[in-house]
Amino acid sequence: MSSEYSSANPENRRAFREGIRAGAPIGAGYFAVSFALGVAARNAGLDAAQGGLASALCLASAGEYAGFTSIGANAAFWALILATIIANARYLLMSCALSQRAHEKLPFIHRAMIAYGLSDEIFGVTIARPGFVNPRFVYGVYVTALPPWILGTSLGVIAGNALPIRWVSAFSVTLFAMFIAIVIPPARSNRVLRVVVPASMLAGFAAEYVPGLNALDAGTRVVALTVVIATIAAIARPVPDEDGEDVRKKEESVS
Amino acid sequence: MTQEHVYLSVFLMGLFTYLLRVLPLTLIRRPIKNRFVRSFLYYTPYVTLSVMTCPAIVYATQTPWSGLAALAVGVLVAWFGGKLFHAVVACFAVVFIIELFL
Repeated sequence: MSSEYSSANPENRRAFREGIRAGAPIGAGYFAVSFALGVAARNAGLDAAQGGLASALCLASAGEYAGFTSIGANAAFWALILATIIANARYLLMSCALSQRAHEKLPFIHRAMIAYGLSDEIFGVTIARPGFVNPRFVYGVYVTALPPWILGTSLGVIAGNALPIRWVSAFSVTLFAMFIAIVIPPARSNRVLRVVVPASMLAGFAAEYVPGLNALDAGTRVVALTVVIATIAAIARPVPDEDGEDVRKKEESVS
Repeated sequence: MTQEHVYLSVFLMGLFTYLLRVLPLTLIRRPIKNRFVRSFLYYTPYVTLSVMTCPAIVYATQTPWSGLAALAVGVLVAWFGGKLFHAVVACFAVVFIIELFL
């Protein structure tokens, strides 16, 4: 059993090298985005070590952003945890999807390690490979994709101060560009999402003017809006009641 | 805000992020059946990323106009098939150029 997942196995070594190649462009994109995240971390009062640590532990753009927002707003721990769970809820789905593609005998340690870096992009390249997930491929992706993410965050905290303000503005929007690039393509192909995504964006703007809602800190407001809108959508337009393939296909579209 | 508070917050973020990723992969061996739960989980990421972008993108820049322009350009690029990397570069460029003049 263990030899099948050993690094001495030539097939695993090849998968590892493929992973390194697949991770390189992801790392390049991550660098700009994590730099923006570092700027957000600095605004919330974190230093470079804390920002880098958050990125090393979380590996999640929206999740870290939500967390930093809560920290910056001095929110209670329960609010921070709730914001983290909501912002990262999609990883629960991706983890479910990936569990369907993991060999039933894949050891716990490998499951635990591929779960660690399950981001939108890494999920995307992993699930795009045919057959059962090879953990060595995922580890290869980690080698090139994760260091830029962690270092970029720390650099954002440090250089966010030194850079001209225009550069900070431009880097800051890259984080939102990443969110937009995740939600828009599925909104184009799915007619329910074509309503849900713009409605959510409008609701986000409108909530600024709604008494009660506008008194909430930004992180809690995101949670409240998400629960309400996703519940309405789930009741009004439940996803098709089919198992297996259909569910998996939908989850892939998230990445 | 004490340093201990920040470190504890960061640790909690990491812990709960990891739990979401590791629990299904290690525990669930078959797809979730409940239709409401599946639907809610399906819509959640799109809604949450949308409300996280709006209105925050407008406050991320020096003037709300460059943030709004980046939103419009990002949506257009992604709608017409641009990848993550294209959207990132386009939004960066739009804000950078607009703030040269404003």
